[in-house]
Amino acid sequence: MAELEALGVSRRDFLKVCTLAAGAIGLPAWAGEKMADKAASGTKPSVIWLHWQECTGCTESLLRTSAPGVAELLLSLISLDYLETLMAAAGQQAEEALAAAMERGRGKYVLVVEGAIPMKTLQGERITRESDAHKAAYCRIGGKTALETTIAAAKGAAAIVAIGSCASWGGIPSADPNPTGAVGTREALRSVGIDRTVVTLPGCPANPYNLLGTVLQFATFGTLPALDDLGRPKFAYARTIHEDCPRRPHFDAGRFVQKFGDEGHRAGYCLYKLGCKGPATHASCALNPFVEVPGAWPIGIGHPCFGCTEQKLAFRVPLHDTVEVERPTAPGTYPPLVARRGAISPVATGLAGVAVGVLAGAGYMATRKLDRRHGGHEEDEP
Amino acid sequence: MKVSRRDVLKGLAAAGVAVTAGGVAARERRAPPAGAVGMLYDATRCIGCRACVTKCKEANNLPWDRSQDGLYDQPIDLSGTNKNIIRVAAAGERTSFVKAQCMHCVDPACTSVCMIGALHKEASTGIVAYDMDGCVGCRYCEVACAFNIPKFTWDRALPQIVKCELCRHRADPRRGGIFAVANPACCEACPRAAVVYGTRADLLAEAKRRLAEAPERYEPRVYGEEDGGGTQVLYLSARGVPFERLGLPELGRDAVPALSESIQHGIYYGMAAPALLFAAALVAIARRRGPEDGEG
Amino acid sequence: MATARAAPLGGKVLTPFFKILLVVWAVGSVAGIVRFTQGLGVASAMNDGYPWGIWIAVDVVVGTALGSGGFAVALLVHVLHRGRFHPLLRPALLTSALGYTAGATAIVFDVGRYWNLWRVPVAPFVSGGRFGYNWSSGLLEVALCVMAYTAVLWVEVAPPILETWRDSGPGPLRALARAALPVLEKGLPVILALGVVLPMMHQSTLGSLMLVAVTKLHGLWHTPLLPLLFLLTCVGMGYAAVIAEAALSSHTLRYPLATPVLGELTGIMAGLSALYAAVRLADVALRGRLPLAVAADWHALLFWVEIGLAVAAAALLWRQRHVARPGPLVRSAAVLAAAGALYRIDVYLTAFDPGNGWRYFPSVTELLVTLAILSVETMVFIFLVRKFPILPAHRVSAPPHAAQAMP
Repeated sequence: MAELEALGVSRRDFLKVCTLAAGAIGLPAWAGEKMADKAASGTKPSVIWLHWQECTGCTESLLRTSAPGVAELLLSLISLDYLETLMAAAGQQAEEALAAAMERGRGKYVLVVEGAIPMKTLQGERITRESDAHKAAYCRIGGKTALETTIAAAKGAAAIVAIGSCASWGGIPSADPNPTGAVGTREALRSVGIDRTVVTLPGCPANPYNLLGTVLQFATFGTLPALDDLGRPKFAYARTIHEDCPRRPHFDAGRFVQKFGDEGHRAGYCLYKLGCKGPATHASCALNPFVEVPGAWPIGIGHPCFGCTEQKLAFRVPLHDTVEVERPTAPGTYPPLVARRGAISPVATGLAGVAVGVLAGAGYMATRKLDRRHGGHEEDEP
Repeated sequence: MKVSRRDVLKGLAAAGVAVTAGGVAARERRAPPAGAVGMLYDATRCIGCRACVTKCKEANNLPWDRSQDGLYDQPIDLSGTNKNIIRVAAAGERTSFVKAQCMHCVDPACTSVCMIGALHKEASTGIVAYDMDGCVGCRYCEVACAFNIPKFTWDRALPQIVKCELCRHRADPRRGGIFAVANPACCEACPRAAVVYGTRADLLAEAKRRLAEAPERYEPRVYGEEDGGGTQVLYLSARGVPFERLGLPELGRDAVPALSESIQHGIYYGMAAPALLFAAALVAIARRRGPEDGEG
Repeated sequence: MATARAAPLGGKVLTPFFKILLVVWAVGSVAGIVRFTQGLGVASAMNDGYPWGIWIAVDVVVGTALGSGGFAVALLVHVLHRGRFHPLLRPALLTSALGYTAGATAIVFDVGRYWNLWRVPVAPFVSGGRFGYNWSSGLLEVALCVMAYTAVLWVEVAPPILETWRDSGPGPLRALARAALPVLEKGLPVILALGVVLPMMHQSTLGSLMLVAVTKLHGLWHTPLLPLLFLLTCVGMGYAAVIAEAALSSHTLRYPLATPVLGELTGIMAGLSALYAAVRLADVALRGRLPLAVAADWHALLFWVEIGLAVAAAALLWRQRHVARPGPLVRSAAVLAAAGALYRIDVYLTAFDPGNGWRYFPSVTELLVTLAILSVETMVFIFLVRKFPILPAHRVSAPPHAAQAMP
C-alpha cells in the first residue's frame, strides 16, 4: 500500500478498482475488499509476460491507463518478473532473469502470453511435435524460438493467460495467407500435445480490465473465472456487443447510418449497415470502457465494430460487409403473430342486455295481453 | 291453403336451384400479367432490424406509432398508420422473423369484392392499387382478405383504407425497367437483401434457385407460387418453420374469391335468372284471378 | 279482387309510449353526432378484425330480413292471388319500407366515406370511367338492389298516402296525388314484379357476401348454400315480422287482431322453417363437418340452438295452423324470427373469426344508434297508420268488447 500511496493512489481508489474488477468478473463487493486485503498483505504472485508476434498494443493499452492507473495497481498486486517492454535488463541479463523467474516460481507463476506463435518451418511445414519446436523459422528471441520458450514456460506455470487476439487465436499475423503459420497460444500448445487450460482474452487490443479481473481472481482465490469453449472468461465474452450496444435502440427502431457523414451518422444511428460486426462479436466493449475517456471505442466514435475478438471475422470478413445476428433476441417490443385486442365494454354489455331484455319482455307481455283480450272471441272480419 | 303452400314452396325451390346450380360452374384460373412485379422475402436472411418498417413509414408519409403516453412505440400490427411490419414467429426452439404487407395476389379477394373498383389490380403490373376517391369505406375488402391486409383509419372522421401499394408512387421513370412502375422502399432499405424487388417471374426463378442450392436451409416450397391462386409477393421460410407458423395461411391452389365469384356469376349469369323471375312474376301478377283464389 | 277497406286509425300520436320513443331517438342522435364528428374508432367498437359490427349484422342483415314481410305477403297476394291476405298487405309493405329505410340509414352511419355513396348508383356514368361497376362484387348487387327496392317499397306504400291527399289534402298535394295515382296504377304490375324479384336477389346475396371469407367463417356456417339458406329464412322472418307487427299494432294501438288470416301463414312458415333446418343439417353432414357440430365449443352450441329454434318454431307454428290463437301465434312467430336472426348474427359476427386476435362487442354508441333507428322506425309507423289508410278498417257494428278495445 505504501508504494501505491507513493504513486498517488489512495486506499480508497485502490478499493474502488478492486471492487470494479470484482464486479467485472461477477463477484460481489466483499470479494473486491478481499482482493485489496490480499494485495496489501504482501504476498504477490509472480507473473511472466512473454511477447511474440504482436504489436505490443495489449501491453500499451494496459500501460496507458492512468486514472486509476491499472498498470500501477497491477504492478503492486503482482510481481512482474519478466516483461520486455518495461524491464530495464537487456540481452543476457534479460535471459537470465527469465530463467531465474521460471526456476524460482516453478508451479506458481502466471504465464501471460501476448502475440501469436509461428508454427511453420522454413520449408513451410507445420510443427507437430515438441521435439521439433526449435525448427520454427520465424520469431526467435535469445536464440530460442517462440514455441520453445512458450512450451518451457507453460510447463512450469500455475495458470496461462493469452492476452489479445494474436495470442488467443492468431490475430493479424494469422490473416490470409498466414505465411508464418501463426496461431494462438492454446492451439500452439495443443499442436505439440500440451493440453493445458489457457485463458484467452481476445481483443485488439484486449480490454485491460478483463486481464485485471482474471489476475486478481487468481491472485486472491487461486481460481480462474468460468470459461467458454474457446477459453474466454464468460464474465466478459459471454454476450455479443449487439446485446449491450448503446446504439441498440436505433437498431431496434430501424434507424441506420447509410453512409459515413450522413445525418444519421451525426445523430448516432446504428452502424449495422456499414458493416458493424457487433451482432456476431463476443466482447465486453459496450460495458467496460477501455480507458478513462468515455466512448473511446469504435462504435463510440462512429465506426462499425470489426469483430476484433472473433477469429471468423477480424481480418477475414471485409470491414463493411454485414453479418447475421447471432442469437437474435427479439425484445418484447416485437409484435407477436397474433395479439389479443379489442375491448368489450361492460357498459355496452349491460346496455345490450337491458335492451334485449326490455324488448323481449315487453313483447312477451304484449302477447299475454293479446291472449287475455282476444282469447275465445271471433275477430272482426276485415 | 295446401295449394298456396305448395305453390310457394315450388317457387322457392326453383329459386334455390337457380341459386345453387350456378355455383358448381368452375371459374377459370387467372394468370399474373406479363409485366407482373413483386417482392421476394427470404425469412432466413432477415435479422429483424426493421429498417423496412421505418423506411416504409417515411416513404409513405405515415405518422409514427405512439404509445399511450405519447412516446414513440413500435407498431404492433399493420394499421391505418402502418403498411409494413416485421413480426417474430416461434416454431418450437426456432424463431424466425416474418415481414407482413400486401401480398398483391394474382387473383385478389379484395378487388373481387370492391363495389366500384376503388381497390383494383393494375393491368400491366398486377399491383393491387387503391383509389380513395371512389371508396365508400364499406370495409368489405377487410372482410374478404385472407391475409388481413387492408386496414382502416378508424381514428379519423374522414377515414380511408390503408395498405401497401408496392410504392408505386415512388416509381422513377428515369431508372427504367421495373423501377419505372414501382420502387418499394422496404427493398431499398433492407441491409441484407432479405426482401428484394423484381418481376414475379424473375423472383420465382431466384427463389427456386435458392431452394435448389441450399435445400437444407429452407422449407421446400415457395409460398405464393400457387397459394390462394398465387401471389406476387413470394416467401421463403427456414427449414423447420412451416409457413403457417409465419402467419401465412394454408389456402390451397384456388383463388380466395373463386367460390364466391362462381356462385355469384352462376346465379346472375347475364342477369338471366332475375330477368326470367321478373317475367314470370309479371305474368303471374297480371293474369286474372282464378276460381281458387280465396275471398277477401 | 275483394279487398279489405283500410282506414286511418286516428287517435293521438303523442302518447306516452311515443314520448319514450322520442327520448330514445334523441339520445341516439347524440351518439350519431359523436360518430360523425369523431369517427368510427371512437364511436364504435368495430376494428380491423371485425370491420362489420351490429350496424351491418343486425340493422341491415336482420333488419331487412324482418322487413321482407312486404315481399312475402305480396308474393301471396299478387303473384299467387290469395286475396284473403290482402288486409295484411299495406301494413306489411309499410313495415318493410320502414325496415329497409332503417337499414339504409344504418348503412350511412356505418360506411366510413359516406359522402361517396352517391357514386354507387351512377359510378359508370361519372368520373370518365375511372370507377365502374364490379359485377363480381355481391355487395354491389346488394347496394343497387336495396336502393332500388327501398324506392319500390315507398312507391308501393304511396297509394294510401296519395289517396288521402287526393281526397282531402291541401291544393298542391291534391294535384300531385291526382296526377301520380293513375301513373302508379298503370305501372303497378312492374312495380310489384320488381318488389318480388329484387328482394329475392339481394336477400340471397346477403348470404353470398360471406362466401368470400373462406378462412374466417366457421365450417358450420360456410357453405355454397349460404344464398339459399338466407333466402329461406328471410321469407319466414318476413311473415313473422308481419305477425308481430300486427300483434304489436293491435296491442299498442288498441286495434283488433286478424288472427284467422295470420294463422294461415303458419303452415308456410312451419314448412320453411323445417326445410331450413333440414337443409342445414344435410349440408353439414354431407360436407363432412359433423365433427365440428359435436365439438365442445360455443360454435357447436350456437349451431344447435339455431337448429333447435328452427325446429321448435316449425312445431309450434304447425300446431297453430288450424286453431290460431293470438298469443301463441305471435310467440311462435317470434321463435321463427329469433331462429333467423340468430342465424344471421352468427354468420356475420359470432362464427366470423379473422384470426388476428381481435374481438368485438358493440359499443354503447352503436347500441344507442341502433335503438334510435328502431325508435324512429316505430314512430313513423305509428304516425303513418294513424294518419293514412294503411291498417284494415274495422266494422262499424262491432261486438261490444271489441268496441271497448278501441280508444
